[in-house]
Parts: sequence; C-alpha cells; structure tokens
Amino acid sequence: MSHEPLLTVDNISKSFGGVAALSAVSLDIYRGDILGIIGPNGSGKTTLVNTITGFVKADQGRVVFKGQDITNWKPHKIADVGLTRTFQVMRPYFSLPAYKNLIIPLFSPRARRTGGWRGGGKTGSRDTVAVDILEEIGFERDSYVPYKVASSLPTGYLKRLELARCLSLRPELVICDEVFSGLSMSEMASMVPLMEKLQMEGITLIMVEHRLRELFRIANRLVVLNFGCKIAEGTSEDVMEHKEVKEAYFGSEEVFGYV
Amino acid sequence: MVSEKKDRRKERLDRGIKVRTDGVYAVSSWLEMSYLLAPRLIFILGLLALPVLLYHLPYWQRVLSIICIYALLAIGFDFLANYVGLVSLGGGFYIGVGAYIAALLNTKLGLPPFVTIPAATFLGAAICTLLFLPCLPLRGVYFAIVSLMFPLLAARVIEAFDIFGGTDGILGVDGFGAAWMEQYLLLISVLVVVFVLRRLVDEDVGLVFRGVKDNDQAVKASGINITTYKALGVCIASALGCLGGACLAHSYMWAGISQFALDFSIIPIAATVVGGGGTLIGPVLGCLILVPISELLRDFGTLRIAVYAIILTGFIVFKSEGIMVYATRKYEQLERWVQI
Repeated sequence: MSHEPLLTVDNISKSFGGVAALSAVSLDIYRGDILGIIGPNGSGKTTLVNTITGFVKADQGRVVFKGQDITNWKPHKIADVGLTRTFQVMRPYFSLPAYKNLIIPLFSPRARRTGGWRGGGKTGSRDTVAVDILEEIGFERDSYVPYKVASSLPTGYLKRLELARCLSLRPELVICDEVFSGLSMSEMASMVPLMEKLQMEGITLIMVEHRLRELFRIANRLVVLNFGCKIAEGTSEDVMEHKEVKEAYFGSEEVFGYV
Repeated sequence: MVSEKKDRRKERLDRGIKVRTDGVYAVSSWLEMSYLLAPRLIFILGLLALPVLLYHLPYWQRVLSIICIYALLAIGFDFLANYVGLVSLGGGFYIGVGAYIAALLNTKLGLPPFVTIPAATFLGAAICTLLFLPCLPLRGVYFAIVSLMFPLLAARVIEAFDIFGGTDGILGVDGFGAAWMEQYLLLISVLVVVFVLRRLVDEDVGLVFRGVKDNDQAVKASGINITTYKALGVCIASALGCLGGACLAHSYMWAGISQFALDFSIIPIAATVVGGGGTLIGPVLGCLILVPISELLRDFGTLRIAVYAIILTGFIVFKSEGIMVYATRKYEQLERWVQI
C-alpha cells in the first residue's frame, strides 16, 4: 500500500435548496482497499457518490484522484481516468441483449486505449470480449444468459451487469452503489467472493451499502454518514462500538445487532 | 361464431430464417435467401422503376422529387428520434440552409449543381450542427421546441435584414439538365442513405447512439461524451436535410424563405408515424403514401389539412406501430388455423 491516497475527498459540501445533503465530508482511500460507506436512509451516501463521479456538482470542496483534481469534472471524463460507478437503480439498456450492453463501454475511448478487454477492430471481436467479461462476473455462458435481452434478466444479473459495465473500462476505482440491495441470500453469497476477486485483481472498491453483515466481511475500513456528516470512520469493530453510530441507526443505547 | 372458435385455433410460427438469424447470420438455401431478398428487391427496384413509370406524367415526376426530399428528411427524423433520442422539428431549417447554400454557391460563384449539392450537404450539415450545439443538453419536448425555433427564426432574420435576396429569394439558380437526373439522384440518395443507416445502427457505434437514447447516464458513466454523439446524430440528420434542400433549390431554380416552411418540419413526423418509427424504411413508405395524398387533395385547399389530420389520427389510434413494423411482423410470422 502506497502512502499517497488513490482518492481524496476533501471537505465536500452539497445542498439541494435549503437541505444540506453533504456537509464537509472528507475521506481518503488507498490503492487495493475496500472502503464501505454506510448510513441510514437519506444520510447522503448516494449524493456523495454522485458528487465524486461528477453527476452532481459540489458546492465546495475538492476531489483528488491519482493526484489530479477532478472536482466537478464531467462524468465521462471522470470515468475516462479510471473512476467508475454503478447505479443504485440499475440502468441497463433494456432493449439490448446483455452482452450488447457492454459494447457501449467497450467502445469508449478509455476501453480502446487501455487495451486488455479490447476487440481488435472487427465488430465480432468486441462481442467476444463482452461475453468473456460477463462470464467472469457470473453470467453462465452455457445457459445463454449473456445473450438474453436485458429486460428479461432478474435483479441479480442486472446488478452484475452494472459491475460488468464498470469493469469493461478497466477501472482503477469502482464505486458500487448498493450492489447487495434487492438480492436474495444466495445471490448475495455469490457476490461476496466476486468482490474479493476484484480486489485481488487490484481494483480498489468503495461500497455504499445497507447490508452491513456482508459489508463487514469484505471491507477494510468503514465510513459512517448521517444527515450529510461523517460521524465515524475505522474498522467495522470500531465503528460498531461508536456511540453516535448506534444512535443514528437505533436512536438509543440498544444493541447494534441485526440490520 | 363461438362454436367455430371452439374447434379451431390460430397457430403462429416464426419463419425458420428469423429464428436462425437472430443470433448467427446463416443463409442456407436459395429459398430462404430469396425470402430475405424479396422485400428488399421489391423496395429497391420499385423505387428505381418509378421515374420510368411516370415518364408521361411530368407533374407526378415533380411530386416524386418532393417525395424523395421529404423521405430524406423523414429518415433523418426517424434516426434522430428513435436512435439518438432527439425529437427534432428543425426539418425546415435543414432544407432552407441546404437550399440557400446551393443557390449562393451557384449564382455567386458559378459552381455547377454537381459541385453545389455535395458542398451544400456538408457545409450545411456543419452549420446546422454548430448552431444546434448549444441546444444538445436539452431533452425531449424542450429540444423539440428549440429546434422548431430555428426555421422560424431563419426566415424572419432573412426577411428583416433583407439578406440573400430578402423576401424575393435567390433567383436564377441553374436547373438540373434533365428531369431523370434529378429523380435518380434523389432516389439513389434515399436508397443509399436507408441501407447505410440501417447498417450503421446495428454496428457498435450504432449501439452507442441507441445507448444515448435509452439511457444517457449509463453512457456517461461508461466514459463516453454524449454531446459528441448527439452532435454526430444531428450532423447526419441535417446532412440529409441539406441534401434535400440543395436538390430542391436546383429543382425549382430558386431559393427563398418559403423553404424554411413548417411543412418540412411536420410532414416527416407524420410520415414516420404512418410508416413505423425506428425502421428507417418506414418513413420512406410513409412519404410515398402521404405526399401523393396531399397532392391529390390539393383541390380542396386548406381542407386537406383536415383530411391529413384524420389519416394521422386513424393511424395513431388503430395502428400506432406503423405500416412497416406491422408488415414485418406479419411477414416473419406464419399464421394458420389448426383443427382441435
């Protein structure tokens, strides 16, 4: 682990009208980490993701990625430098088969530049690469799942498709906005090793989650948000013991157990 | 009636070739190849035969040229609306820009039509794209409204500043040498454009266009600049309109503010609705139906707008998918009654 953080969020604030969605949130993430961001509903998690990835303009503060100030860049430029994100509400191209969904990111300047996943000019080869990525991420090639129309796929596959879209850009940092939500227990059980595999491959992950049990298994560090403020940071044990966190979730001194 | 339905039912089968060509393109027999080729050949040869069939009807030859100009606009509209997600009412602007550029190049610089038409196509597309660039972040009805402003604005500007011949327009533009040259130039342009665009939308770059329409946020998150692709889409559509406009100027040997008319913005939409959006051939069929009807109704004066409205309403209510989508479905599906 290098000492230079891969991503630094420095005092980011954002308000919608009179509502402060984020107030002076700062965090660092180092290469190879899995950082979890948790917090009750409406605590500003998704706004934080949107601000980092350029979908929402920050009112103040800085976002630095690989030593480069990327505050308020256009979303496509941020994706182009290797910072990609999934959407909480899945956004596939519903009318296209699953593997054709990946043609679009594979066609992007970054995918063509970084090679690796790239198809070599001919149309057919980009399709092959797309199916390979899907298989790696858990679409069973033999059962023709990659060839099914995206609108006919269940939530579990759509979440994976979101991840696959990020991976086809060969990202350095992926921000996963609630990849576990809406999944069945078995789907979740297969998702955890997948995230660990991505970490092994050298991809840094930020996971915004409600499913704390799964998150605690894989995250090195956690950041807790409440009403747009960072109220705690540290390992899962530290955070769980934190008084403010318990209050944020339960409002009192109750045991912080099952969520 | 009820008893009749009891002992038989309708069975629908996909024709073999469709099942196989959905994934892999495999052509195995002459029968199936002809099954694929027949509708395309009828369309191509039918269009190419029209000038010959209309040889003794000079009035309808003129109508054929107008049909082709509308068809170019309608293809552009269909492409922008159904593949890029921009509903553009700027058809009149494209036509006008193409017509004025061709007329100016011809009268001021003395360039012949075979130079002015390509020049007007590309120069016009560049001008239209540049002017539309600030509007590209707009979506849906907002883009439609702004794009409708362009033809209205252009006509008023030319009128007010009395530039490019003011209300008189530019007279003395060279005509085509022969009527058949004009018709075949337009017909072949329409055919080439239809088949090139149909190929393009299935290529990888076409998928990006469709992505911009379906879900522009995901395209942004994929590291692709959507404004570039929207501009490219407008560029393609406006190039088609400017090509039509340049031909119109040479055909009428005149360019004037009536070429910014609202008809050029509205009829392509009607043709797309009638023909079937998203098929690219549908709008051509729509023009082949609507423009002649409009000519036949010319005697009724403004009442033809009413007839037009009735036809459109009928299509939207009863066959909103459009002729082409309906015909494709019927063609690819065998229907037969089976005894139970």
